[in-house]
Amino acid sequence: MSQTFYKKGFLALAVSAALGVSAFAQADIKFGVAGPMTGANASFGEQYMRGAQAAADEINAKGGVNGEKIVLVKGDDACEPKQAVAVANRMVDQDKVAGVVGHFCSSSTIPASEVYSDAGVIAITPGSTNPAVTERGLSAMFRMCGRDDQQGIVAGDYIVDVLKGKKVAVLHDKDTYGQGLADATKAQLTKRGVTPVLYEGLTRGEKDFSAVVTKIRAAGADIVYFGGLHPEAGPLVRQLREQGLKDVKFMSDDGIVTDELVTTAGGPQYVDGVYMTFGADPRMLPESKAVVEQFRKSGYEPEGYTLYAYASVQTLAAAFNGAKSDKGEDAAKWLKANAVKTVMGEKTWDAKGDLKVSDYVVYQWDKDGKYHQLEKQK
Amino acid sequence: MDGIFLQQLINGLTLGSVYGLIAIGYTMVYGIIGMINFAHGEVYMISAYLAAISLALLAYFGIESFPLLILGTLVFTVVVTGIYGWVIERVAYKPLRNSTRLAPLISAIGISLILQNYAQISQGAKQQGVPTLLAGALKVDIGTGFVQLTYTKIFILIAAFAGMAVLTYIIKYTKLGRMCRATQQDRKMASILGINTDRVISYVFIIGAAMAALAGVLITMNYGTFDFYAGFVIGIKAFTAAVLGGIGSLPGAMLGGIILGISESLFSGLINSDYKDVFSFSLLVLILIFRPQGLLGRPLVAKV
Repeated sequence: MSQTFYKKGFLALAVSAALGVSAFAQADIKFGVAGPMTGANASFGEQYMRGAQAAADEINAKGGVNGEKIVLVKGDDACEPKQAVAVANRMVDQDKVAGVVGHFCSSSTIPASEVYSDAGVIAITPGSTNPAVTERGLSAMFRMCGRDDQQGIVAGDYIVDVLKGKKVAVLHDKDTYGQGLADATKAQLTKRGVTPVLYEGLTRGEKDFSAVVTKIRAAGADIVYFGGLHPEAGPLVRQLREQGLKDVKFMSDDGIVTDELVTTAGGPQYVDGVYMTFGADPRMLPESKAVVEQFRKSGYEPEGYTLYAYASVQTLAAAFNGAKSDKGEDAAKWLKANAVKTVMGEKTWDAKGDLKVSDYVVYQWDKDGKYHQLEKQK
Repeated sequence: MDGIFLQQLINGLTLGSVYGLIAIGYTMVYGIIGMINFAHGEVYMISAYLAAISLALLAYFGIESFPLLILGTLVFTVVVTGIYGWVIERVAYKPLRNSTRLAPLISAIGISLILQNYAQISQGAKQQGVPTLLAGALKVDIGTGFVQLTYTKIFILIAAFAGMAVLTYIIKYTKLGRMCRATQQDRKMASILGINTDRVISYVFIIGAAMAALAGVLITMNYGTFDFYAGFVIGIKAFTAAVLGGIGSLPGAMLGGIILGISESLFSGLINSDYKDVFSFSLLVLILIFRPQGLLGRPLVAKV
């Protein structure tokens, strides 16, 4: 009796799982939104979706793209390169998207972009900053953000000029994004005459960094720079403080731009004083005022990459509208020749697909667990 | 002794004692039914969520003193996680008791996926956190430097070793322990002698889950953050510890955990943290070449 019960149970489970893959109804023009919708970095995926959806709603209300309504297709890569390729293939083959907003982790964006390129689909990433994203000669891969070789220079200069770092420990998470950025920062530090006293990698998914923290203590570092994301940055800064390194300054990057940093660090008292580099806050621009107010009215603070995703959808829509075509190649060609008015201001792209102007600045977290853009110091 | 070296040793010991607690679940289940319970890491993950829920509940009722908080959380988490362990065995493994050896293995992977997705859907994919319970640290000056021992770490060491001691006592000196050992040696013979082996197997799953729950509470206290995927990495490490110490052997699991923790900590402290896992697994390979049964495991004897 119980045997058949289990068998039936499993059968029912299998059937319901199969039904879960529901086919989308016939849509007008489909944009994929790909990023970590689940997993440790899911908060960035949520920022993407919120921003993209709001932009799509607004554009649809104004007449859509070439008279067609935008329908968003969500793709979850969980920041896993393998899953990113699977998501990319599904979007291209099954959903037949015209353009993609994504992905988030550079290690996911790079392999996925090959799939989009082969299929002639235009892609724009709101958050992947590794140089290799646009350095491989793909004709329809764009960015809404800066590059790590630019970000690393800003971080390195800030450490030397403002924080007056003498002994800098550079850490990374051994991922394409984190290590690439740590390398860029290290290069800039070395160029400015500060050779890092420590250069090491952590393992993503682990929580115990006490061995590395003790090593930082042994090296006598006065500044720790971490290239990586908040699930590791939080415990790292907490363990630094817990091992008595209260005066060591902690600096990180645009991978920790989420309130969840406070959660992963175990409280605002640990993130107090943490520095990070990120694009100049788009929420402070006059162009974004109306959109930001709308988000706040709905009870959502458009932090981090929300407006980047918003601007990415605007850019795709403008490119298809401008090219008067639904082909990715035409849209890409148009985008490289024309400027787009986005929620983040007017943007132009170079032949590689990078922004012509990027604007990294330094932020600092306060004792209430909020981050603020610091005044430009010279 | 150098302060830094001693600090690394303590870092490793704390990490290792927690690996050991989780490894117990792998090793006991393997010892008794010869199967690797791949869902065990997820049991630990569930216990971390339970610990956070319990802390929130206790705080809601206005309990603020640390001993009461931690005691309440431990009891709640251990009991509920124990129930999870029991249910998992009932649903996923017991119906497959007499099928091929691979069937429960696949079932375990299935349970592991189900638990991950269950936690993700019911609690959200976000990072979860608990506030610091036990702030402060002990600073001990030693020779050329100092050792910084957070109170949380001291508590972890004491709790982990107490947990292991209680378990060793149960297995060695109580009737339940005797039944476990008898079932492990020869399940058929034990059942002929009147031991309800099915029930013993259930107990073993409950004990394993309870130890994972202890580890879950301790880790949650120490790092303050976890997510639905937290069971994966630590599950692999604990499984490695169980194999290192000799799978099926209880003291082996504890020893394996501690060796793994210390070797990771010392290697990343003295040489390079990039390759600490490479080092740990090389160590495992080396030990398995010279002692295939693990450090404290019994050599395999063909049953006649």
